[in-house]
Amino acid sequence: MIRVLLPAHLRTLAHIEGEVQLDVDGTATLRSVLDALEARYPMLCGTIRDHDTQQRRAFLRFFACEEDLSHESPDAPLPEAVVKAAEPLIVLGAVAGG
Amino acid sequence: MSKVRVLVGTRKGAFVLTSDAKRDKWEVSGPHFAGWEIYHVKGSPVDPNRIYASQSSGWFGQVIQRSNDGGKTWEAMGNKFAYDGVPGTHQWYDGTPHPWEFKRVWHLEPSLTDPDAVYAGIEDAALFQSSDGGRNWQELSGLRGHGSGPHWQPGAGGMCLHTIILDPSDAKRIYIAISSAGAFRSDDAGKTWKPINQGLRSEHIPDPTAEVGHCVHHIAMHPSKPDVLFMQKHWDVMRSDNAGDSWQEVSGNLPTDFGFAIDVHAHEPETIYVVPIKSDSEHYPLEGKLRVYRSRTGGNEWEPLTKGLPQNDCYVNVLRDAMAVDSLDSCGVYFGTTGGQVYASSDAGDSWAPIVRDLPAVLSVEVQTLP
Repeated sequence: MIRVLLPAHLRTLAHIEGEVQLDVDGTATLRSVLDALEARYPMLCGTIRDHDTQQRRAFLRFFACEEDLSHESPDAPLPEAVVKAAEPLIVLGAVAGG
Repeated sequence: MSKVRVLVGTRKGAFVLTSDAKRDKWEVSGPHFAGWEIYHVKGSPVDPNRIYASQSSGWFGQVIQRSNDGGKTWEAMGNKFAYDGVPGTHQWYDGTPHPWEFKRVWHLEPSLTDPDAVYAGIEDAALFQSSDGGRNWQELSGLRGHGSGPHWQPGAGGMCLHTIILDPSDAKRIYIAISSAGAFRSDDAGKTWKPINQGLRSEHIPDPTAEVGHCVHHIAMHPSKPDVLFMQKHWDVMRSDNAGDSWQEVSGNLPTDFGFAIDVHAHEPETIYVVPIKSDSEHYPLEGKLRVYRSRTGGNEWEPLTKGLPQNDCYVNVLRDAMAVDSLDSCGVYFGTTGGQVYASSDAGDSWAPIVRDLPAVLSVEVQTLP
């Protein structure tokens, strides 16, 4: 089970309270976790990554275990602590707007 | 007793304002989609409780929302706006080629006959349609595929398709406008398009009378006279009496003919409203006086409407989609400002009062007259 923490605006959009808990088949990666997230919450499609290119939206970041995973390969295995649900995968909105 | 519902899009959410036909007491609901930019909210003429909203954010991109209960509850619809085929390029501000990229939906225009059919005008400029209530979107690519497409350039606000007008007398006729390519018309339900900019003159482009390249800000039409169009261009107020085939300037005695919003009285097709703005670099009213100008002669002869509007120290703007009318008798006129006020007149503009004063900057105002 993977724990995912979304920005408040996306939790509101998807009617989510608190963390999301997802079961991911196979190796847990950014891609497989986001695939599972979008499958459960289709309204999040396009809000975290581009519909077609799957590129992360510019003002969003992926953090876990106090590391910035945003520039890691989307197919790289997530840290063990995330896989074991000891730590959440955090989708974070950039601080912007003055 | 009739009711009026005013749908307001702002920089930080949507608001729904409702009143009975007297239009003197208003209930304010919102913010809906708090914190998101709401470029446009519009209801279906067929089913007024079916409302579409364009919700966007620099962080999270585009969301389309739909309500089936008059704006009480909402459901996220499809947000995939994929250009048809290889998008190609248009011109950037400096004249270099720039790839077509989806940025946001500026305007949603529900069908006049089918509550599940809706059009979307987007930035970078293209027209999309949905036939399933907003779940899936397909580009009407004949517009962008018009031979002039690679020469279109963005206006200061981006290269947006901001105006969509459906002809109530001809289901195959659609008008659109793009900043800053100009106005276009389709007579075959959006398959093919022709530019309709003859008579426009824009001094800021190399050929002031070019076929395309004009910064059209907004177009309005009265449903009883669908061949008569009124346009607020970057500078100049224009009218066409032949479905856009040619235009004549009707700025007349306006104190400035720059502006964004323009609309037509619900019952008098030759009564039109504009809000003159000082200039393209000073987006506020002349002399700090917020004045709506009304022409009862289809242009050229204009009268200022000031009663109830601030007449000193007012430096707000009124954006292109931020004026609308109701169809009660007498006609109500509404507009929103970048200062967060929504003003209403229940006497066709003779007097005004704010419905709300302190919303986020208003991007759009639409009005529904309900039985």
